[in-house]
Amino acid sequence: MMPDLGKYAFAVLSSYGISLLLIAAIVVLSLWRGARVRRQLEEVEARRKDHG
Amino acid sequence: MSHRFSLNALWEFANPQKFMRTSQAVLPFFWGATALCLAVGLGWGFFFTPEAENFGSTVKIIYIHVPAAMMAINAWAMMLVTSLIWLIRRHHVSALAARAAAPIGLTMTLIALVTGAIWGEPMWGTYWAWDPRLTSFLILFLFYLGYIALWEAIENPDAAADLTSVLCIVGSVFALLSRYAVNFWNQGLHQGASLSMDRADHVANVYYIPLLVSIAGFVLLFVALVLFRTQTEIRVRRIKALVARERMG
Repeated sequence: MMPDLGKYAFAVLSSYGISLLLIAAIVVLSLWRGARVRRQLEEVEARRKDHG
Repeated sequence: MSHRFSLNALWEFANPQKFMRTSQAVLPFFWGATALCLAVGLGWGFFFTPEAENFGSTVKIIYIHVPAAMMAINAWAMMLVTSLIWLIRRHHVSALAARAAAPIGLTMTLIALVTGAIWGEPMWGTYWAWDPRLTSFLILFLFYLGYIALWEAIENPDAAADLTSVLCIVGSVFALLSRYAVNFWNQGLHQGASLSMDRADHVANVYYIPLLVSIAGFVLLFVALVLFRTQTEIRVRRIKALVARERMG
């Protein structure tokens, strides 16, 4: 299944590895911050409701 | 008549509530389509395309390098448009969308630089050369860093939006240079564009079709991330407004 990359195996695999890692990082960080901010907003809105 | 209607419909998204509702509805489609196109494009390119005569197996790097480089420039172009909308029409969602796009553009620029360097070593014999396109991409990367830092450094959100918009306009010169340096500077190591409207110019079909699918994946990823991150920025703005109201009374 794995293609024969010959003498360029390091170049190809490291390119894919680093790129997929960076893409995963921006996606995960965006989702994590989005969830945190969403929770914060819900807390602030609940507090406002409690205080009328 | 329909043209006028569609433009008016576009401005409705400047309303944060309308933007939140619409983006929430379309986001699942964009995430799903992103995953599908990236899996097919990158999987096809990596596993099922042959070696190229001159480049060996390093040709497989184009499925990441070319889409990332395209999105690095297009993200800045999108930021330019939204920054101009902010400066001219003062729509907050527009400024927040520009802010949301910057870290994605930064990531794409970094991917293009790193994969270019890794590819350059076996092909050119060096990781880096002060070639016009490489240099303009490095400057674009620095502009992204500066743009993000400027947003973080200024407390007043409207002043931050104003100043970052001006920075975005200035940086557009380098974004354009990154795009067209290959065409009008003949010196330098970077080869011509891999994609061209002239079919004789672009890479062979066996590489071209998976490359197009991969590009579609990167575009969809960018749109999904911008929509999601803009939602987050709108919520941050709302939290600040509510907390300020609480403090006042």
